[in-house]
Amino acid sequence: MTYDPYFWAVFAPLLGFLTVGVFGYGLGKKFSALASCTLMALAAYSGGCVFYDIVLQGAPTKLIPLMTWISVGQFHVKWALYYDVLSALMVSMVTFISFLIHVYSTGYMQDDPHLPRFMSYLSLFTFMMLMLVVSDNLVQLFFGWEGVGVASYLLIGFWYYKDSANAAAMKAFIVNRIGDLAFILGIGAIFYTFDSVEFLNIFSNLSSVTDDSFKFLGYEFSRLEVIGVLLFIGAMGKSAQLGLHTWLPDAMEGPTPVSALIHAATMVTAGVFLVCRMSPLYELAPHAKTFIIIIGASTAFFAGTIAITQNDIKRVIAYSTCSQLGYMFLAAGLGAYNIAIFHLLTHAFFKALLFLGAGSIIHAMSDEQDMRRMGGIWRGIPVTYVVMWIGSLALAGIPFFAGYYSKDAILEAAWMGEGLASNYGYLLGIAAAFMTAFYSWRVLLLTFTGKPRADDKVMSHLHEPGLQMMLPLMVLSIGAIFAGYAGFDYVRSPEFWNHALSLETLGEDEGHALPTLVHFLPIIAAFSGIGLAYVFYYQQPKLPAFIAQKFQALYAFSLNKWYFDEAYQRVFVSPAQKIGASFWMQGDGKIIDGYGPDGVSQKVVDFAKRMSSLQSGYVYHYAFVFIAGFVSLILYAYFWN
Amino acid sequence: MTDITLNHYLVLSGLIFGIGLMGIFWGRKTVITVLMSIELMLLAVNLNMVSFSCFLKDMVGQVFTMFILTVAAAEAAIGLAILVAFHRNKDSITLNDMAEMKG
Repeated sequence: MTYDPYFWAVFAPLLGFLTVGVFGYGLGKKFSALASCTLMALAAYSGGCVFYDIVLQGAPTKLIPLMTWISVGQFHVKWALYYDVLSALMVSMVTFISFLIHVYSTGYMQDDPHLPRFMSYLSLFTFMMLMLVVSDNLVQLFFGWEGVGVASYLLIGFWYYKDSANAAAMKAFIVNRIGDLAFILGIGAIFYTFDSVEFLNIFSNLSSVTDDSFKFLGYEFSRLEVIGVLLFIGAMGKSAQLGLHTWLPDAMEGPTPVSALIHAATMVTAGVFLVCRMSPLYELAPHAKTFIIIIGASTAFFAGTIAITQNDIKRVIAYSTCSQLGYMFLAAGLGAYNIAIFHLLTHAFFKALLFLGAGSIIHAMSDEQDMRRMGGIWRGIPVTYVVMWIGSLALAGIPFFAGYYSKDAILEAAWMGEGLASNYGYLLGIAAAFMTAFYSWRVLLLTFTGKPRADDKVMSHLHEPGLQMMLPLMVLSIGAIFAGYAGFDYVRSPEFWNHALSLETLGEDEGHALPTLVHFLPIIAAFSGIGLAYVFYYQQPKLPAFIAQKFQALYAFSLNKWYFDEAYQRVFVSPAQKIGASFWMQGDGKIIDGYGPDGVSQKVVDFAKRMSSLQSGYVYHYAFVFIAGFVSLILYAYFWN
Repeated sequence: MTDITLNHYLVLSGLIFGIGLMGIFWGRKTVITVLMSIELMLLAVNLNMVSFSCFLKDMVGQVFTMFILTVAAAEAAIGLAILVAFHRNKDSITLNDMAEMKG
């Protein structure tokens, strides 16, 4: 068999998962690390080849059918690898980032006895995400969709002896289920409407169903709008949008490389990818798009307000992911799918960088994650300090770093968009940009500068990580600096996308027509955020506490994450537990067991007890029964015959 | 002076059988009384047979009686042997002590 990059980009991680998963413990940690990294390197190389072919050389869209999965009546699902510009971009990004995270993990997890298990799960996670992005139909996409759910469950709960990790893993899985329900309904509605789940069939038949509608409770809903909203709710679950975001911060219970993988490459970007993949459909569903804008912008703003008060370094970054995903959806809702994917790609670089940097900090600080017990460590770990600076600059959207180009483009698109929703999106986007800069520098300043707040033992142990962890950080830094600049011109031209996205409604390059203020407002917001962070956490360290006390209610509101968890606990979890308990105690315990197994067995025991009391053991009793029976038989025979 | 008919024999054997039966139910002090009562019931049945054989002029009844007597003798021997063995174990032949089978 000749080497086929299109095949190996997807299946090398599967091979890695199987090899390390099956033989990892037998062959030792060194072998596991080496095998999984080698196979991921193969995948990343193949991803690079795919990127070169399709994205750079403009090779035509490729569809590689593998085999039939389901064929029932009209319902046909095939396993296939579908490579257009969109999936090629995703594949190359996922394999590349995942490869770096694999390498980083071999260093970060080297003392963990379960390294083989960890590496195999990482490979599985990557494979599932790749299956998701190269799918040519919604059902295979759903397979990958659920696959990343399983892998995230396994990885978040990797330290399964920790109760909090188990709870977080289950929470991630269950909250995702809510979105998945809508997603499945969406797939069902699509099959009902188009008689097919393959993207190409769906898109080519779109124009014939624009006027169709679903009737529900006497109201008529446009089919495309319903499908769009349902698929987006699925995406909300996976991409942690407002309302279904609660699992994401808790997912920080997993090891830090997992967080990097979830946030940068594999899990959460799946929702954005789905919306972009379905872009021809969304173009015909304006209300669904408005819904996406509102949810996306609200999430960007809301996650920012939470991130500014969190104390756990990983939680701050987690909420920042939430916020950035909001930006991506804002762009997608505005019809700027290319910008959404662009932000997804640049975000992958700097978010992976930030997480791996945070991992390096946590590693250096002997597993401390609370920023209140850090501070003043930049002299001890200068390289980590530098990469965290680069990551934060990119995240905050400082000019000429990766995040600047994509975030600026999103805000411009919001400015140019028509309707109230895009104005709403623009305002919240600017506010979120300000907060992004603020909390990024809050992390930097609290962690690295000021007086050390950790004890001497930790401080004396402070050290830079080994080469395995350092190299990925450096490679990602390069990406975080240049990814935006390199890709900016390409992603804006519709020809680049080669019809992978529906960009018809996007205006031609109107960047020049923007008022100067609009052009500079995001930068001003970012710099003022940074400035404010310097005032708060560098010059006047007492100020934050004073303000927190002054506005105690607001502070508590933000610190407690808008009380989402508490509200869900009260509205959904407790009633569900009560209903469950009553079904368990009354329904199952009393009725089913009471009249079923327990009842029957109790009756048998009672009957047997009564019967056994007949067995007196005295011979004359038996003799009497014997004779009485005999006499009655005789009498019966005599009188009734 | 009336003739002795079959009925007289049957009533007698019925009485003897009843005495045996009552012996089992009421005279239940020791195993020996039970064995004796069983023997009595068996003999009542034999008497029945012999009298029928006599009056119906059929020798089969008397032949059968001989068989039954033989078997009864063997049975009595076994019963007494069990009794002896039981006495060795329990130092008693009282019926109320024999309730090992109580459920």
